[in-house]
Amino acid sequence: MMTKIAFVRKKEIPPSAPPITEVGLIGWLRQNLFSSWLNSILTVLSVYFIVIILWDFIPWAYGGHWNTKSLRECLDLDPDVACFSVLTARWKQLLFGLYPAEEYWRPTLTFIFLLLAIVPILFPKFFRFFWFSIIYPGLAVWLLWGGSFWSISIIYVGLTLGALFFLTLIRQYLKNYMIAVILAFLFTSVFFLFISNPLVDLLNVILPISLPFVESLKMGGFTLSLIVGVTGIVASFPIGILLALGRQSNLPVIKMICVGFIEFIRGVPLITLLFVASVLLNYFLPPGTNFDIVLRVVIMVTLFSAAYMAEVIRGGLAGLPLGQHEASASLGLTYWQSQRLIIMPQALKISIPGIVNTFIGLFKDTTLVSIISLRDPVGLASTIRADQKWNGIYWELYVAIGLMFFIFCWGMSQYSQYLERKLKTDK
Amino acid sequence: MSSPTLPPSESFKFSMLLSDTRYRGMSLQVITFIIFMAVFFWLVDNTIKNLALLDKDVSFNFLWLRAGYDINQRLIPYTSDSTHGMAALVGILNTLLVAFVGCIIATVIGLFVGILRLSKNWIVAKLMSAYIEGFRNVPVLLWIVMVFALLTEFTPAPRAFKGAEPEATMLFFESVAITNRGTYFPAPVLAEGAYWLLLCFGLSIVAVIYFIRYANKQKKDTGKSLPTFWVSSVLIVFPTLILFFAIGQPVSLEYPYLKGFNFKDGIHLRNSFLALTLALAFYTSAFIAEIVRAGIMAVSKGQSEAAASLGLRPNKIMSLIILPQALRIIVPPLISNYLNLTKNSSLAIAVGYMDVRGTLGGITLNQTGRELESMLLLMGFYLAVSLLISSFINYFNRSFQIVVR
Repeated sequence: MMTKIAFVRKKEIPPSAPPITEVGLIGWLRQNLFSSWLNSILTVLSVYFIVIILWDFIPWAYGGHWNTKSLRECLDLDPDVACFSVLTARWKQLLFGLYPAEEYWRPTLTFIFLLLAIVPILFPKFFRFFWFSIIYPGLAVWLLWGGSFWSISIIYVGLTLGALFFLTLIRQYLKNYMIAVILAFLFTSVFFLFISNPLVDLLNVILPISLPFVESLKMGGFTLSLIVGVTGIVASFPIGILLALGRQSNLPVIKMICVGFIEFIRGVPLITLLFVASVLLNYFLPPGTNFDIVLRVVIMVTLFSAAYMAEVIRGGLAGLPLGQHEASASLGLTYWQSQRLIIMPQALKISIPGIVNTFIGLFKDTTLVSIISLRDPVGLASTIRADQKWNGIYWELYVAIGLMFFIFCWGMSQYSQYLERKLKTDK
Repeated sequence: MSSPTLPPSESFKFSMLLSDTRYRGMSLQVITFIIFMAVFFWLVDNTIKNLALLDKDVSFNFLWLRAGYDINQRLIPYTSDSTHGMAALVGILNTLLVAFVGCIIATVIGLFVGILRLSKNWIVAKLMSAYIEGFRNVPVLLWIVMVFALLTEFTPAPRAFKGAEPEATMLFFESVAITNRGTYFPAPVLAEGAYWLLLCFGLSIVAVIYFIRYANKQKKDTGKSLPTFWVSSVLIVFPTLILFFAIGQPVSLEYPYLKGFNFKDGIHLRNSFLALTLALAFYTSAFIAEIVRAGIMAVSKGQSEAAASLGLRPNKIMSLIILPQALRIIVPPLISNYLNLTKNSSLAIAVGYMDVRGTLGGITLNQTGRELESMLLLMGFYLAVSLLISSFINYFNRSFQIVVR
């Protein structure tokens, strides 16, 4: 017997839309901001906090004066807004310190070249321009300090000749690396002691290329921060690697020296080391020597961050399984070959975040040179505030300086995250 | 079947010192040692020559001479008639005070920010990231001078508190005054009998410790948990509170009050101290927040899932499973950040706070002209603190290592 079927649906019902509280903007708000009463309170508090900050900050910054002559004038016009005129008036000093005004193109060009020189290092796509990164240090020193072009380039000539000498020895005459290194070292020293000076004098006569000399005490502002920071970063990295290897070494004397150095440097504040550089270093050098204060500071900052770098890299080395060392040894690789091909690439990859943190720390620590009265941006801020015209100005200067440092440091940390993602081999 | 023959034994040649792996390490070390000692003696020799040229000697006698300068913030009695050694001690105590208070504040804020950054609440997580990135990417020296400027420029002068309708009022029931000359807190005054209170409080703490031990033992033996938190709270609060009223309130507060153009009495914290401590604490808290976050994230999700499948409740999972594992990761970098804070406190000079670098490495150094001795002592102090702390880290690492095989 057939029952009469009243209704048969021929078509599938389209799924009904999810409740409005689960999708779209409202759903997102519910999930991310108001998922529980505690979260709702936190959200309201945060929004309130952000609003009161912006409520004060935006009118202050947006209505700021840029073209007054002094702080007094700003306050007369409108005391409730920012007085950025101090930046208009003094931005050159903040960037270049006391560098002679007609030579501003030199630090500017050095900075542009710096950007070009780090591109091949940061992005392997451009590695074929690496030669520029090698030339850059000499070029930068010449541009910033000036003097004869030849006295800088002769260093490159000497080192290149030394390297060629070493390679010829290894390829054709000798098997032992260490003896070749010693011979090449002697060869280079002879070149610098006896040949380079007459050669430079000769070249200066034939083709004089030189820039007006600028002394170190004139350097200041972000130029100084970048000089100290970038040199420190570049130099501390290889020294840090060597110290880390020395600390892991099974040769007790080398290990002890490295451990002692690292623990000493890490145990004292950077500022005491800078004081040693400015006050005590003259005691430790032969009577009568007095070398450049910026160079002294750079050396101290480099040694300081090299010790931290060594600890970071040691952490990376410790993170590698012992099997990697054993496997490379069983392949017959020598110590340096296995370090270069197997161990270091992996250890450095693990320690990227730590390395970049050390770089960022070093760059921030360049502000400490203001305490031994060099003119870095923080030191210049107090100089500018001591000026009668700008006496009493705080935030405009501090915000500008802080922002500059933030951009550099934040950029570095973003790059390190990009690098970590790029080098990630698992998953 | 041929038996393996040994290679003909080579006679020792001089070049083997550098090429043979048996001797190479040794000769490398000897060379390094000779170079190291040569450099060392060269430096010492230069120093001796330079000192002779300047007609100076090395002596620490200056520590027992009259210092002749005042230190405005001090924890122990000191006048300008005290010795340089005393001044150095005042400085050391000031450094340790900043370090101690700074570490506590930094830990509290860091813990708070680090946990909130993991929050599922989008806006809170973003706000905390902004806090962390902001403090980490700007030099600490700049933060110190900024907080100092904030405290001195945006707070009322003491005379603003004067009059029938003052421009500024004291906070927290007329007890705390924030002025551009520093912040004034009420000071506790101990009357007779206050020591009984301290004794009672000490006994309560001992009782709590014993109770917790007993509770743990109970848990191990029977599996039953006692209400540890409630019992310890009661034990700590009530006996002391009852005694306080029973023997007639022997501890009172001395409130700061306005006299003339300044505040009198109470505890006076100078802006230099506050700015330094707060700036260092904020700066370090950003690093601590990242450490806390990393520590919590490092405990794999399987741990909490396994604990949940064993039937543990969420708060028990946190206290018994996640935290013990996260702490093992968190504590060593946390302590090394404390160390960084201590070392950064040497920036005190930027705001004029007299820490050990300001007294021993600053005024004393300039007045006596004993650069070498002062710097040696100064470095010795920082080195001692640092070695003490790193030996503690090593001890911690050894005792909390996961035991494998």
